[in-house]
Amino acid sequence: MVAKGRIVWVSGPAVKADGMSDAKMYETVSVGDAKLIGEVIRLTGDVAFIQVYESTSGLKPGEPVVGTGNPLSVLLGPGIIGQIYDGIQRPLKDLAAKSGSFIGRGITTTPVDMTKKYKFKPLVKTGDEVKPGTIIGTVKETDLIDHSIMVPPDHPGGKITKIVGEGEYDLETELATTDSKVPIKMYHYWPVRKPRPYKSRYDPTVPLLTGQRVIDTFFPIAKGGTGSIPGAFGTGKTVTLHQIAKWADSQVVVYIGCGERGNEMTEVLVEFPHLKDPRTDKPLMDRTVLVANTSNMPVAAREASIYTGVTIAEYYRDMGKDVVLVADSTSRWAEALREMSGRLEEMPAEEGYPSYLASRLAEFYERAGRVRAQGSPDRDGSVTLIGAVSPSGGDFTEPVTTHTMRFIKTFWALDAKLAYSRHYPSINWMNSYSGYLADIGKWWRENVSKEWFEARREAYGILQREDTLKEIVRLLGPEALPDEEKLILEVARMIKIGILQQNSFDEVDTYCSPQKQFKLLTLLVDFYKRGQAALKDGTSLADIRAMPLIATLLKARMEVKETELAKLDQLETTIDQEFKKIAGVKIEA
Amino acid sequence: MSAQGGVQYSKIAEIKGPLVIVDGVESVSFDELVEIQTKDGQKRLGKVLEVGGGKAIVQVFEGTTGLSVSGTSAKFVGKLMEMPVSEQVLGRVFDGLGRPIDGLPDPIAEKFLDINGAPMNPEQREYPRDFIQTGVSVIDGMLTLVRGQKLPIFSGSGMSHNILAAQIARQATVVGTTDEFAVVFAAIGVQYSEAEYFRRSLEESGALKRSILFLNLADDPAIERIITPRVALTVAEYLAYDLGMHVLVILTDMTNYAEALREISAAREEVPGRKGYPGYLYTDLSTIYERAGRLRGKKGSVTQMPILTMPSDDITHPIPDLTGYITEGQIVLGRDLFRQGIYPPVNILMSLSRIMKDGIGEGRTRADHQEISNQNYDAYSRAQEVRALAGIVGKAGLTGVDLKYLGEGDSFEKEFLSQDLDENRTIEETLGLQWQVVSLLPKNELTKVKDKYIDQYYKER
Repeated sequence: MVAKGRIVWVSGPAVKADGMSDAKMYETVSVGDAKLIGEVIRLTGDVAFIQVYESTSGLKPGEPVVGTGNPLSVLLGPGIIGQIYDGIQRPLKDLAAKSGSFIGRGITTTPVDMTKKYKFKPLVKTGDEVKPGTIIGTVKETDLIDHSIMVPPDHPGGKITKIVGEGEYDLETELATTDSKVPIKMYHYWPVRKPRPYKSRYDPTVPLLTGQRVIDTFFPIAKGGTGSIPGAFGTGKTVTLHQIAKWADSQVVVYIGCGERGNEMTEVLVEFPHLKDPRTDKPLMDRTVLVANTSNMPVAAREASIYTGVTIAEYYRDMGKDVVLVADSTSRWAEALREMSGRLEEMPAEEGYPSYLASRLAEFYERAGRVRAQGSPDRDGSVTLIGAVSPSGGDFTEPVTTHTMRFIKTFWALDAKLAYSRHYPSINWMNSYSGYLADIGKWWRENVSKEWFEARREAYGILQREDTLKEIVRLLGPEALPDEEKLILEVARMIKIGILQQNSFDEVDTYCSPQKQFKLLTLLVDFYKRGQAALKDGTSLADIRAMPLIATLLKARMEVKETELAKLDQLETTIDQEFKKIAGVKIEA
Repeated sequence: MSAQGGVQYSKIAEIKGPLVIVDGVESVSFDELVEIQTKDGQKRLGKVLEVGGGKAIVQVFEGTTGLSVSGTSAKFVGKLMEMPVSEQVLGRVFDGLGRPIDGLPDPIAEKFLDINGAPMNPEQREYPRDFIQTGVSVIDGMLTLVRGQKLPIFSGSGMSHNILAAQIARQATVVGTTDEFAVVFAAIGVQYSEAEYFRRSLEESGALKRSILFLNLADDPAIERIITPRVALTVAEYLAYDLGMHVLVILTDMTNYAEALREISAAREEVPGRKGYPGYLYTDLSTIYERAGRLRGKKGSVTQMPILTMPSDDITHPIPDLTGYITEGQIVLGRDLFRQGIYPPVNILMSLSRIMKDGIGEGRTRADHQEISNQNYDAYSRAQEVRALAGIVGKAGLTGVDLKYLGEGDSFEKEFLSQDLDENRTIEETLGLQWQVVSLLPKNELTKVKDKYIDQYYKER
């Protein structure tokens, strides 16, 4: 039975309808004569409380509400990559074709082009036993994505009784059938609020390389891990997230613009097709999906956008791919929850947020992970979840930030003071942390250098000591310190400018390989050790500070391209020579 | 605003703050326009905030003072609030609800547009890239304004934000183009003298005939302020996307807008967010600010410059805070600079223009623009640190390089930042000054600019 009721009350995105005793929780419904899309979020007797994903202006009591019988679901199949969707998986291109430059209402579309033909290569044959998750064949979705066609998780499986041969098929073609008689097509639907199943989970041990020095070297995140990036406005959250979406070494990127600026989504759309993946040299758009629910789009769809995005991410994970999901910003999602909760007249917890805020956040971040997928062949994939938080007034003690911190392992704290002094990315090195450092150390030792961990520890030690010394300087001035400590201040400054800062708009500096990161780090650590030794031998600090070499070291991040890393090895020799030179000058004097 | 037809109801059940609750209604829709008629035949406008159970909650824009439960009737007009638009609105003055107050007849409408607009499809946006030369060095050089951007001024009471906005409105051009431009000015609860300053400034520069003024002054009804920015933006969108003009919209003061919103929320007894402002303040503000932009295949653009006064100069107050999360940067005025008599008193360290990077550089301004601007930021920030240090240890305790930074900071404020109210600098002049300031520093301190630019522009002073 499909529920059929009538609207009795309207207030903003919230609608009540009666006669809805057949409706189910989280069922999608069509609301009003304009057929707006909504979702049932509470049932009391025959009255359903509905959040509407489109503007409710002009909606009247008495208009019909009709159930669809299905929970809010996304279509999973080839054609998703390269798309820009709204919060409920409607392609914004199709919306534009139907309603022009501004978003109209009551428009229905299909998430992907169902008539497009893909070249299907079968991987199973008649008589093979298949289970949910088993790959029955592949299609080429984009230049970068081989899309596995899997037996849907809710399919009974069984023996293949029929399968098509290699050839071009559209999405509606029945590619295979099992003895269960249930056909398998190139696509299936999956409810967004239900995590997709997998066989087993692993500990994350491989770093997700982002090409950003302060992240990869100091506060790394692992593939399948969780991270959060909170910061007041103007601290560079979005730029950092864009950088991760551009340069992360994953096969698929899902970028969710949740209640943020329209122009930022446009920027991604304009820029990504022209940017090349540094590892494959193909356009970045060929691995990216965008979900855009900008701040002025209806608030309920903002809540849905997070789930739409993470379900798409899990789908590509099930193919055995590494997926990064970036959500900007989870605070806007929490605010959407708060707004609906207010209209439901629920008892508020802190700052008006509903009491289930923490459990919703926990459920979301739990959908991250490195897993062994269901079915055969054996394959491992991961979903890395990175969420921005926009704390009101830049106050990290507010509910969304504090609750998020409980469920994530990497914390990149953005600092308004650093941003004001144009230290970008403004990730504060004293307040940030990574819970993956120990797990991924092995990867760095095996793939970059055995000395990585030690170099990182020494550099971080210098920064920590500088932090303590700064207090003294603030009270007494720098002259109160002995030369050895002044050297620490000097080298800390060099680490900040030469390593921690990174100019995302500079062609060379925007991406830094692990090899280059390690070399820059060892150069500065080396400089510090040589400086220490020189001071002991009687060289004056002023002579060290006056070395023209310093400017060269600080600009190396911008001036030395990835293709000419040998120049950094030469710098090592230069450091050696220059220090000998200043020592020599002293002897002559 | 016009309203005809519709159904009349006379049962007013309750009057509460700016709200009227009408009983026994049928067939009334959410957001619908309402005409309230008083006993003595006076008409006021309002809109439906909530409808259900035979009741409608109506927000009355002109306030409920003088309304009584008996004798007042409400007419539901059967449509949303609309603004009549045509080319004839140029040069006109309207009240906060979009009704002419310049004594001239109503402009003949080309069409009627829903004042709430509709969200722009992000896929249809054109990314803003055209550099607007404002002639104000600190903006052109370090906080570049781009066509289609929304860049607010965060100010404090009594500071020179309106003077700066007026100067920008007078001087803004896109170099090398002859595109049609227009200025839409929305006064939201500001004093008469401020609105008049702005009008006169436009008049003197000859821009008044290309301007439209919407005035809700301090003594006008507060709830009307909910509507004022929306009618202004509706007209701006019409000029931009139907007539192909480049429109600069100045909204002053958004703090008054947010307060009106709080008043309604309190009257509805909603659960408040921070400082009593409703939890949906962010979403509500975004439906105003996000109406800036450019569209693919359309010639015009809407550039917004909202002005807000930060209560107690506090940038973490919900109004500037939520605004900053939506707008593409902010120009922050500093009390210290203002006290020293520096104009414009822009605190560049707290200010930012997010899409500057895409509007500048080779072919737009100059290839070294981004880097020299980064260097200026870096140096000025260092100068501030040195100033703080000098406050503790005295100038005598500073090293040679530190003293250079001290000089750089002073030169930055006196030579680059300061300028006259009618001084219109070209971008070349501005960039020249930016190099002049950092040329006080030794060459090897310039770590943010490439060597080739140092060779070209650096002249040690």
